[in-house]
Amino acid sequence: MSGHESLVDELLAGKHRALARVITRIEDRSPGYRELVSELHGHTGQAEVIGVTGSPGAGKSTLVDKVAKRYRERGETVGVVAIDPASPFSGGAVLGDRIRMASNVGDMDVFFRSMSARGSLGGLSTATTDAVKALDAFGKDKIIVETVGAGQNEVEIVKTADTVAVLVPPASGDDVQMLKAGILEIADVFVVNKADLDGADRTVKELREMVHMRDASPLSGHHGAGDVDQGQADTGAGNDGGGTAREPPIVETVARTGDGVEGFLEALADHSRWLDRTGERETQARKRYAAEIRTLLREDGAALVEAELEARGGLDAYVDAVAARETDPYRVAEEVLAPLADCVRDERPD
Amino acid sequence: MSAEQDRRTIRCLVAKVGLDGHDRGAHVIARAFRDAGFEVIYSGLHKAPEEVVQAAVQEDVDVVGISILSGAHDTLVPKIIDGLEEYEAAEDTLVLVGGIVPEEDREELYDLGVAEIFGPGASMAETIEYVRENAPDR
Repeated sequence: MSGHESLVDELLAGKHRALARVITRIEDRSPGYRELVSELHGHTGQAEVIGVTGSPGAGKSTLVDKVAKRYRERGETVGVVAIDPASPFSGGAVLGDRIRMASNVGDMDVFFRSMSARGSLGGLSTATTDAVKALDAFGKDKIIVETVGAGQNEVEIVKTADTVAVLVPPASGDDVQMLKAGILEIADVFVVNKADLDGADRTVKELREMVHMRDASPLSGHHGAGDVDQGQADTGAGNDGGGTAREPPIVETVARTGDGVEGFLEALADHSRWLDRTGERETQARKRYAAEIRTLLREDGAALVEAELEARGGLDAYVDAVAARETDPYRVAEEVLAPLADCVRDERPD
Repeated sequence: MSAEQDRRTIRCLVAKVGLDGHDRGAHVIARAFRDAGFEVIYSGLHKAPEEVVQAAVQEDVDVVGISILSGAHDTLVPKIIDGLEEYEAAEDTLVLVGGIVPEEDREELYDLGVAEIFGPGASMAETIEYVRENAPDR
């Protein structure tokens, strides 16, 4: 497989091998991967993307397996991206989520892909969003993204998923308190998995109290891609008009046996209908695209500046000059950037 | 763009097929590969050849390491290689076998497309070096 045109054609024609290879190119950021993703973009937008997150051992993989099976029974095709952490020392990883996919063995219409977080924080790999696009373009009806076993702040998933399910293990009462400010804020659906264990009822009750408390707060917002890490005025909580706030349901499951999975699916479908009814789906998609564009601009802008620095002989000479008090960091930045800014101004179409 | 890197991460599937329940070796290999900087997908025990093929194709691994200690390599390995061929994945996947393979069976496996066989006594460093050098160029 040489040119990326044929690779895209083969992916669109439904070849599993091509889909797998495209995801590898995206993960490796190998030359030409941007063009690949660009070409795929026009074919996306049909899939429903579901994020599943929660602490390590909460049962994410097992639940995803059961959910995938139910979707398959309804005749829908499924893509799964499961992310595991990479070793901070060797960069290597053991990706173990696949072992839990016992209900879907031999079914190629469940496309399961393990990914290493490759050092990025936030619970996803930087390649995850693009990998989801590849699965979407391939024609998967449902795409499930399973994050790294998450602690408090792994909230990147909201930038990729339409609906986010947060798994909370029973008897994590103290943790519930602790988690309050991070991951629990992004849930569209709460799942108390392992609901057959002691303490499940209490966890459900505590979650319910937490949700009510949040709704009572005058600042209560809702999940959306732009809400994370971007204090833009257009994402403030005040512009909801009260129409889009939504209380996340709390469902109980025993993923191992499949108990409660149907209820979980219903909660997901319910959220999906709500997204359509309120127009929130489109709003979120727009926020996501905006965030994606900003990220790329930031990365590419930084690369451009880096190249310019390189062309000027690197940073060292400037550092020397600053240390010798001949100039200062502000003037250096101005000097390097002024020609770039001039170019941009001259080229700007009116 | 500078964001594109040229060094690829090697991805390996460590697979246990058939009725053989001895996974100590597979665990040790998985761990050693991880420490060598590879991304390792471990299949778990008692996998059917089709499952191994499904995993190898979807995960787009560079290397499939099949661990067999049961003596069933002569029936299981051909099925895996046939499956890889079916998905046009055989030619750029390095297939390795680890475990107990009698001398007289080796030639047959090499003919099928197994790149190397690592028996008892093969050193971990040697195996890792072999993978680094022979991982397919894509």
